[in-house]
Amino acid sequence: MLFFIEVTLSGMMAGVMYSLVALGFVLIFKASGIFNFAQGVMALFAALTLVGLMEKFNFPIWLAIIGTIVVMIALAWLIERIMLRHLVNQEPIILFMATLGLAYVLEGMGDILWGSDVKVLDLGIPQGASDWMLDSFDIYIEKLEIFAAVTAAIMVAFLAVFFQKTRIGRALRAVADDHQAALSVGISLHTIWVIVWSVAGIVALVAGIMWGSKSGVQFSLSLIALKALPVLILGGFTSVPGAIIGGLIIGVGEKIAEVYLGPFVGGAIENWFAYMLALAFLLFRPQGLFGEKIIERV
Amino acid sequence: MNQQSSPETILAVENISLSFGVMKVLDSISFDIRRGEIRSIIGPNGAGKSSMLNVINGFYHPQEGSITFKGETRKQMAPHVAANHGIARTFQNIALFKGMSTLDNIMTGRNLKMKTNLFWQALHIGPARVEELENREAAEKIIDFLGIQAIRKKPVGKLPYGLQKRVELGRALAAEPELLLLDEPMAGMNSEEKEDMCRFVLDVNSEFGTTIALIEHDMGVVMDLSDRVLVLDYGKQLADGVPDEVRNNQDVIDAYLGVPHEH
Repeated sequence: MLFFIEVTLSGMMAGVMYSLVALGFVLIFKASGIFNFAQGVMALFAALTLVGLMEKFNFPIWLAIIGTIVVMIALAWLIERIMLRHLVNQEPIILFMATLGLAYVLEGMGDILWGSDVKVLDLGIPQGASDWMLDSFDIYIEKLEIFAAVTAAIMVAFLAVFFQKTRIGRALRAVADDHQAALSVGISLHTIWVIVWSVAGIVALVAGIMWGSKSGVQFSLSLIALKALPVLILGGFTSVPGAIIGGLIIGVGEKIAEVYLGPFVGGAIENWFAYMLALAFLLFRPQGLFGEKIIERV
Repeated sequence: MNQQSSPETILAVENISLSFGVMKVLDSISFDIRRGEIRSIIGPNGAGKSSMLNVINGFYHPQEGSITFKGETRKQMAPHVAANHGIARTFQNIALFKGMSTLDNIMTGRNLKMKTNLFWQALHIGPARVEELENREAAEKIIDFLGIQAIRKKPVGKLPYGLQKRVELGRALAAEPELLLLDEPMAGMNSEEKEDMCRFVLDVNSEFGTTIALIEHDMGVVMDLSDRVLVLDYGKQLADGVPDEVRNNQDVIDAYLGVPHEH
């Protein structure tokens, strides 16, 4: 039993990491209907910038974080100026292709600016096992993972209030629903896009910090975007809580499957479990667990 | 309906021509709207009525002509300029935010009334909170006015067509517009819903003093509600005047009923 709890907990913690990336996708998808393929690379780019500012310019941690946030906002502004502005009212697939291009541009930029070697990211986030958990329950959990879970929870609570209760949050959702109607009530599409890409950039930074602290800042970080995809299918592309719960289910599911089913099929379930689960969801509940129901009036 | 006492012109369009490629959609159209009146635009399908509204609120940019709104003359409008200066509208094919509740839809109409910046909004405290509550009150008043309390929290995508039209009117009213553009507010409604909508249009006009530009196909409705009627046909201006004049205009009758062939 204890072993089961430990597997579940470690699955949840891994899931939180997926959720953090998925969250960035949801934000942009909610507000602009774009599936932003570059979200994973944005996390990488943010982490690279953070490490770069600390190592190359000797910024203290807090200044490096603020500096990185400024860079991510500037990036959002540039993306709106150079890319989105010219693609208004285009098909979703065209916008998707544009973000695919963006992913490569960002990856290249990260390489040129900060180099391609694996970097250690040390923000002083506690490392190692949590002694308290180990002593009182005999359960092994990384402190970093607890830290990531708490951060994710705070961020989600914050975003949920922002989306539901504020003018800008409503404007974001309005833009996602109907461009023309949003324009007619005086919402500026350009401003909204800059805001939402900035917020997604900051979420990417948090994801980048967590992944970077765990396994170093390296270019394979951009591949975690792939794991976020089944998370989104599970949670629904438009739901912030869905991204979190989807991430947890995938994280826990694949750990449990690996540990308990793995021996029977020769292991490596972790690699494909998420995608099979997503496939099942696509068949039976395409809007995901929490996504807005797809309503079409005929 | 007090144009006798103050015949001030709120909007004047002059020689507006709009084409998409070789298609001439509007051909040198000129007319004005007086403050406080209900001004209808009628015409057969494809006459350019919706295009005219789109020009007024800045979705379409005409190649020629000018638009004077509240004394300021522009070659063309932009949607945010129109919204900022007090023009609100509804759409022929309802354009609501389908995933959002009725209340949230109406609150988006108050977008321009709310000024607190991203910082306060993000924290959701202080001025942002006060502002949110004030505007919420204004939105609730509109919900009362339209009698849609029962569907306040429902996502509008699930509402029946007639109610969606009403919510869309509510969103436009929430902006407290000086000029309200209604694109076929009664299309597809049954007679009871039409009556309700007529009453709302009249009430908005008389209670709030809102000037209304109305596109409508139901001639009975148009003749009853309107102070003046503009008739378009194939992008050309066919007639302009009070309902009785328009009704008896030979060109209008021909356009609607067809011209008999001469032998």
